[in-house]
Amino acid sequence: MRNIPSTTRPGMEEQPVEHARGRANILTLFQQRRFGMLLLQLRAFIALFIIIVIFAFLSPSFLTVSDIIINIDHASIYAILAIGSSFAILTGGIDLSVGSIVGLAGMIAGGLIYQGLVLPMFGVVVYFNVWIIILIALLVGALIGFINGWIITRFNVVPFIATLGMLYAARGLALLTSNGATFPNLSGDPTLGNTGFPFLGSGLILGIPMPIWLMVVIGIIAAFVAKKTPFGRRVYGIGGNERAAELSGVRVNRVKLIVYIISGVCAALAGLIIASQLQAAQPEAGDAYELTAIAAVVLGGTSLFGGRGTIGGSIIGAFVISVLSDGLVLIGVSAFWQMVIKGVVIVLAVVIDQVQVRIQRRAMLAKA
Amino acid sequence: MTQTEGSDSVILRAERITKIYDGTIALNNVDFNVYRGKINILVGENGAGKSTLMKILAGAEQPTAGRLLLDGETVEFKSPRDAARHKIGIIYQELSLFPNLTVAENIFMNRERTSYGVMIDSKAQQAETRRLMERLEQSIDPQELVGNLRLGQQQIVEIARALIEDVRILIMDEPTSALTNAEVEMLFGIIRELKAQGVSIVYISHKMDEIQQIGDYITVLRDSRLIAEAPVSAIDTSWIVTSMIGRDIQRVYVHERHAFGRERLRVESMTLPRPEGGYLLDGVSFSLRGGEILGLYGLMGAGRTELLECLMALRPEASGRVWIDGKEVKASNILQRMRQGLAFIPEDRQREGLFQPLSVMDNIVIASLSAYLRAFFLSARKEKAAVTRLIDELAIKAAGLQAPITSLSGGNQQKVVVARNLLTRPKVLLMDEPTRGIDIGAKADMFRLMSQLAAEGLGIIFVSSELREVLAIADRILVLAKGRITATFTHEEATEQALVEASSALAAGAL
Repeated sequence: MRNIPSTTRPGMEEQPVEHARGRANILTLFQQRRFGMLLLQLRAFIALFIIIVIFAFLSPSFLTVSDIIINIDHASIYAILAIGSSFAILTGGIDLSVGSIVGLAGMIAGGLIYQGLVLPMFGVVVYFNVWIIILIALLVGALIGFINGWIITRFNVVPFIATLGMLYAARGLALLTSNGATFPNLSGDPTLGNTGFPFLGSGLILGIPMPIWLMVVIGIIAAFVAKKTPFGRRVYGIGGNERAAELSGVRVNRVKLIVYIISGVCAALAGLIIASQLQAAQPEAGDAYELTAIAAVVLGGTSLFGGRGTIGGSIIGAFVISVLSDGLVLIGVSAFWQMVIKGVVIVLAVVIDQVQVRIQRRAMLAKA
Repeated sequence: MTQTEGSDSVILRAERITKIYDGTIALNNVDFNVYRGKINILVGENGAGKSTLMKILAGAEQPTAGRLLLDGETVEFKSPRDAARHKIGIIYQELSLFPNLTVAENIFMNRERTSYGVMIDSKAQQAETRRLMERLEQSIDPQELVGNLRLGQQQIVEIARALIEDVRILIMDEPTSALTNAEVEMLFGIIRELKAQGVSIVYISHKMDEIQQIGDYITVLRDSRLIAEAPVSAIDTSWIVTSMIGRDIQRVYVHERHAFGRERLRVESMTLPRPEGGYLLDGVSFSLRGGEILGLYGLMGAGRTELLECLMALRPEASGRVWIDGKEVKASNILQRMRQGLAFIPEDRQREGLFQPLSVMDNIVIASLSAYLRAFFLSARKEKAAVTRLIDELAIKAAGLQAPITSLSGGNQQKVVVARNLLTRPKVLLMDEPTRGIDIGAKADMFRLMSQLAAEGLGIIFVSSELREVLAIADRILVLAKGRITATFTHEEATEQALVEASSALAAGAL
């Protein structure tokens, strides 16, 4: 700052201090009584609310405490995936491999619990403590994410292709761990000291299931990282203008690498929760979940071009999709219609998003 | 070569720098001295290698051969971070901003103010930004999204980014290309103060008056080579021009009067409201005859670009009547307007004018593809014939029809945009800052081209922020201020002073 010279500024005093606010802040909008914009900003939330009201109307059991908890429990898996995907999408990238990582992480945990780590050269089978197994599975997720990021940054492969390759490769690895079979009965054996895995997916703390706690904690951390830390700011920066980020001295490749690692770890955690809830690890678990995650992120108002969106939005987006699925099942809509409805909702969300961008831009251009 | 011997010491010296990009030589064995505490001007035509040299000094590019000496010691900059560590800052020519982030967030990108080392301290960043903007005499809100700012304001933000850091050497690559005169004065004030504080400045410019006004030393590049270095006090404008292009400046700004034909365009009470009240354009009426070159002069925000956009029906909220060749134009979309004889060359060539991934030929024919069909397919032969003719007529320098558009210099890219618009057979050509960011040789070409088109009976409206340019080229000048026409001058009547007075906001208020 030292070098900024102060110059006299004739006429500056007359300038009105009233500033045009750029980012439409919810509170400001409320104060300015611009309720139209306010509704647009809160659309994901409003959509969720409307969906809930409709289902509550159509199905008496929908709003019972136990059903609500089950709904949130389901949503939390999507939400954790969506949180991870958000970072990649905010940089302008995408991670198509998360569904396969879900399967692979579950299979690795399942295999380590069910048959242990077989070391033929020593003729022994090692059984790990459950916490170590969870850690290993998460590290595998991180490693897959690292490979994604490394291929993208080192060889300049577009994220779509790099992670599309990983979608196949990781799913193949998941199938290879058991030759396609399911690892059943993951409650563990007290004599081997590897019990407790089911707690991750079905355990309760203060009457609330673990996945919900995990989603809340991860959601808060992720939102904080995205909005309040230099790393998060750089993620938005890369999504906004990658070249500018480079010229500003941002270590673009490193940020991208971390972003895909975050995505991989979140996917692995989701895989562990699913395996834990089922008490069985299936290699097909998480099939097409990458698309659900992307849909949730987009529903939450994040631009697929990067640079615009929020973690909170992605979580709400995950809730919209999850509540919609659960509710449609509950009121007995056929599975085929469910797909049609979900598709319409997703595209509609993006249409509304574009309307908002247009309105905002018009208002801003007029001001300038 | 003029060598300078003096008491001034060199802080940063580039020695025998050569840079080769995929086979083309951008810099050929160039020496460059940055004198301590001085304003070092670098000039040269586009493609002469100035920006490449600056990027090497700032660590954004690495030289193929040669070395950098900082205070007499060899340094190597592998990235902009390395240069920043040595307190070298740069303001890039192409805006390197984040449109999706706020002004404050842009300024502090990668140098965030944090509390406890982890959390961004937004309040502190905004307060610092606000102070900085006050010193820059700007009323830009730190929380405004950069994408919502006008080009000139974005440039201010770009400058502010460089100032926030404590620099010893500040490189400015054409910082004034999008600034108004008042903003340029403000910037010069800052540059002088920085100099007084001992900061060494490297300043790239195309504008002769700027060079004379603030420069201490001048270095000229041409065709990737060093041509000359001299103290500014020892040289004059014609020396610069001759060194740069080996041509005489009188031949750049030529005004030829053509016989005016009948009225080609008439505009009556064109009005563009702001949603918040007030007007961007307030009852603008004028007419244009065939063979006439009409200059639109005004400050940033006076409504010049908006007027052209309204004529092209790009602003649906506009009202007003337009006649082309005596026939009223009712169409409210750009394609219809083009068919009726309007063509528009936008200000931001890179973003709005060019199709970056496409070839020269594709860029030229894309607005008139239907003319080159054989049955349902594009006829490469027809396309080629038309494009070859235009490349010839406009003297576009390209490696071939299929050369990527990005391989052309700024001036030639601009000619490609003009060529595209000529293919649509316009009656009136609207040009928004047609010479922005192109070098003096290319400017001369562009003016000659405009004159030639006018001679063929086209009506031309061009927007320019450069006084000298408007005064020299236009047959008639309309001055806009705050959305109104405040004065009309013929070529003979117009003077610098009259234009400046008419363009000031006071003139608009007095109406």
